[in-house]
Amino acid sequence: MLLNIYSLLSACFFVLMDAVDVAFTEAAVGVGVSTILLLSTLTITGSFEKNKRIKPILTFVIVIISGFLLIYGTLQMPPFGSSDAPIHQHVATYYIEESYTETGIPNIVTSVLANYRGYDTLGELFVIFAAGIGVITLLDVNTNIKNLSMFKNDLSKSLIQNHILRVISKMLIPFILLFALYVQFHGDFGPGGGFQGGVIFASAFILYTMLFGLKASQKLISQSWLEFFSALGVLLYTCIGMIPLFTGKSFLNYKVLAQDPLQGQHLGVLIVELGVGITVFSIILLIFIAFTKQVSIIGEGK
Amino acid sequence: MNILESFNYWVVMILMMSGLYILIAHGNLVKKIIGLTIFQTSVYIFYISMANISGATAPIIYKNIEGDNILYSNPLPHVLILTAIVVGISTMALALALVIRIKQSYGTIEEDEIHAKEQQQ
Repeated sequence: MLLNIYSLLSACFFVLMDAVDVAFTEAAVGVGVSTILLLSTLTITGSFEKNKRIKPILTFVIVIISGFLLIYGTLQMPPFGSSDAPIHQHVATYYIEESYTETGIPNIVTSVLANYRGYDTLGELFVIFAAGIGVITLLDVNTNIKNLSMFKNDLSKSLIQNHILRVISKMLIPFILLFALYVQFHGDFGPGGGFQGGVIFASAFILYTMLFGLKASQKLISQSWLEFFSALGVLLYTCIGMIPLFTGKSFLNYKVLAQDPLQGQHLGVLIVELGVGITVFSIILLIFIAFTKQVSIIGEGK
Repeated sequence: MNILESFNYWVVMILMMSGLYILIAHGNLVKKIIGLTIFQTSVYIFYISMANISGATAPIIYKNIEGDNILYSNPLPHVLILTAIVVGISTMALALALVIRIKQSYGTIEEDEIHAKEQQQ
């Protein structure tokens, strides 16, 4: 819970630092998803630590020494908020000055994310995909055999009694979905994009699962479909990257996607963000479902 | 004057060192992951505060006032951290999944107890 508040605070800090896109992501990820994952892990493993610390004084000495070394390193760093720091001298000025005329996308963060650093984003997407597969293979080993009907007494049993929560959430979920779609497709012009949109879309489903149980949400979208979608997003991104190769251009060069290069850029970025959004949505939801299954197994045992 | 100008680095160092302390001093694996998350967030804050220029605005170009010289903050660290946050949550989920598996096979998530059980085998 404290970590939750900490994430919210750092999201506020990112807004103050003019990093609206990052603040968006941190608010969606840190406040919602990571807290749920941590809480469900604590439910499984027990929330009390046995009081055996390994030499706190020695650790403290190590931490203090390395802290001083790092602070000694910062003495040479440029002052906070200065515009002539070395970080602003290299490629960043090019992005700020040229990206709008080259790509036609007002949000520089989106154009750099999907266009100039498209390879990087593709790699990140593969990391997310691989991590999701890892979680499923680790946690699903002992749930595959059992039937889904055992999730009748879910962890949400107590929540089902709560009428106010149910009604309000039922009203909220469509708006959350709508907002997620807005964030997803408006990412070219305002803060947002695939990463944020996917996480918000997933959080609507997570809310639904928490209220109505795993069985109801599995009826809505089954796990095999989610696995399919998670692969589909990555495939979409890669295929869009491959299309220019056939016309003799380089990988992820969106200019050839339409007659007008600017329109091609727009189309490319939109589809790439869609791919990112689909993968992030389904991986986050898959991870959540895997954790929830573990929690409900613990609930069965008691 | 130097200290006040670089206070953002100090905040980052304090956060980073508290994360490191939790990571080393605690035997509980979940707490270790929380420490790692705090460490990670300090790096995010480090990047974002580097990108900030005083008097600058968010890096979204406004069409109406194009041509005027508006200061935008550096978009590149924003991109890096944006993806790093989502990758961070999925790797954290992977770490937590490993912890759950360890709990299932060893019955404990305390580091020294796991070590003792390993020695017995």
